[in-house]
Amino acid sequence: MRGPAVLDRVAHEEGGRIIATLIRHVGGDFALAEDALQDAYAVAAATWGTGNGPVPDNPGAWLTTTARRRAIDRLRRARALDDRIRVLEALATREGDGEDEGEGEDDAMDSSLHDDRLRLLFTCCHPALPLEARVALTLKSLGGLSTGEVARAFLVSEVAMHQRLTRARRKIADKGIPYRVPPDELLPERLAGVLAVVYLVFNEGHTAAAGARLVREELCGEALRLGRLLADLMPDEAEVLGLLALMLLTDARRAARLDARGRAVPLADQDRGRWDAEAIAEGAALLDRALRLRRPGPYQLQAAIAALHATALSWAETDWAQIAALYAALAAHDPSPVVTVNRAVAVGFADGPRAGLALLRALDGDPALGDYPPLHAARAELLRRAGDRAGADAAYARAIAATANAVQRAELEARRAANAAQTT
Amino acid sequence: MQYTLLIYADPTAGPSPGSPEFQERHDAWMSYTQAMIDAGVHIAGEALQPTQAATTVRQRDGETLTVDGPFAETKEILGGFYILDTPNLDDALTWAGRAPHLGEGSVEVRPVMTFA
Repeated sequence: MRGPAVLDRVAHEEGGRIIATLIRHVGGDFALAEDALQDAYAVAAATWGTGNGPVPDNPGAWLTTTARRRAIDRLRRARALDDRIRVLEALATREGDGEDEGEGEDDAMDSSLHDDRLRLLFTCCHPALPLEARVALTLKSLGGLSTGEVARAFLVSEVAMHQRLTRARRKIADKGIPYRVPPDELLPERLAGVLAVVYLVFNEGHTAAAGARLVREELCGEALRLGRLLADLMPDEAEVLGLLALMLLTDARRAARLDARGRAVPLADQDRGRWDAEAIAEGAALLDRALRLRRPGPYQLQAAIAALHATALSWAETDWAQIAALYAALAAHDPSPVVTVNRAVAVGFADGPRAGLALLRALDGDPALGDYPPLHAARAELLRRAGDRAGADAAYARAIAATANAVQRAELEARRAANAAQTT
Repeated sequence: MQYTLLIYADPTAGPSPGSPEFQERHDAWMSYTQAMIDAGVHIAGEALQPTQAATTVRQRDGETLTVDGPFAETKEILGGFYILDTPNLDDALTWAGRAPHLGEGSVEVRPVMTFA
């Protein structure tokens, strides 16, 4: 492989790991580590496989070593040396100890890389950072996407995303956010925050909030990758396994969610033969592992619901009573409108549309939900099935008006037209 | 790293002076402060008199204006502050989370600016 191709591959596959190591070496200074790695990429681009030098045998180790030297150089050039002398000394002692030059099979090195990535993840997801910064930092620092790819996934310009990342890294330094895995007393809260960021990335990919496409595969892929990383790093955390199971079971339906013309296909009409059986089996096995830890939580409950859908032979054979019961348990954990709407849909199938509509009534009068498309779409379906065509039509109209995703809007319009065409 | 904990509270909320709850709250603040001192993180800390005792000074078009009261009317006012020296933000947040008035007030945690 030629130099530029090797660099692209290594940056993509090992960039997250290298930056994690560097951040630890420079005492948690994100900006310095990032700058130093960018320097190293630049040096690599200028030397690998050119007249200036060969492509190194171990490009990842080469980048780590070069970036560390660049960090030392940057520190030496910096004016405010007072608190940086300590960092310089720590860096200097790592020079020549060969830590990065090994084959990568050394247990101690593996475990320190392991710890670095976990530290990085918790730092990127710290609640003192704004949510959009947490998401961007996590994707950029631990995912495999370039700044441009992260920017496109969130429909902002590359310049804007670069500034968002720079501001976020500055915030980490200014606020004194620690570079570590939180101590036990903070761990449950902070882990929930990390899982929320990963799930947000997944959901943004699974049903893009805006734009012309329904699914942004690159975001689903990154969320799954982060979920696998977490499950690898924290194999005994039930909710970590639950989240990965949930994402796998949901993503397994991806191929069946759009028809050949790019239109959204509702769950009821999806070709179950096109669901990814391998992903379903992996998700179900992970869920079993999570449940055996006997620490239930919202991700495991949602995964259990997704598993019931994924293993039902047909829409008609779906175990709605069980799904409704799981939603009731989920509502106890998380009494949010999202859960109430989904629960009402399940109850509507288990106990009839009027029972579902009764649950939705609890959300009436909440002004924040006036523009919440799933509420109106669910009400429209329940009203239609209860025989109230006019009421259903009005609810469809509200759902359509509030939906910003073009594919979803088209699907709602088709359902509204079918409702209007129905003869009584 | 040094952090300032800015204690914000609505003066109309919380226990009223003279009640046993008020005394309890006072004692809670005292032991909160003592815990900071014992932990070796306490640099400074003061409670402030109510905004009725405040005077605000401004300068407009070269003219100095002195007025009674705080700059802006807000529900939550600055009631006091601590300056702590802790290893990182998490420790400062943990201290902030132990403030006795959080049921009806809030704490803003701000790093102290350092000049190189």
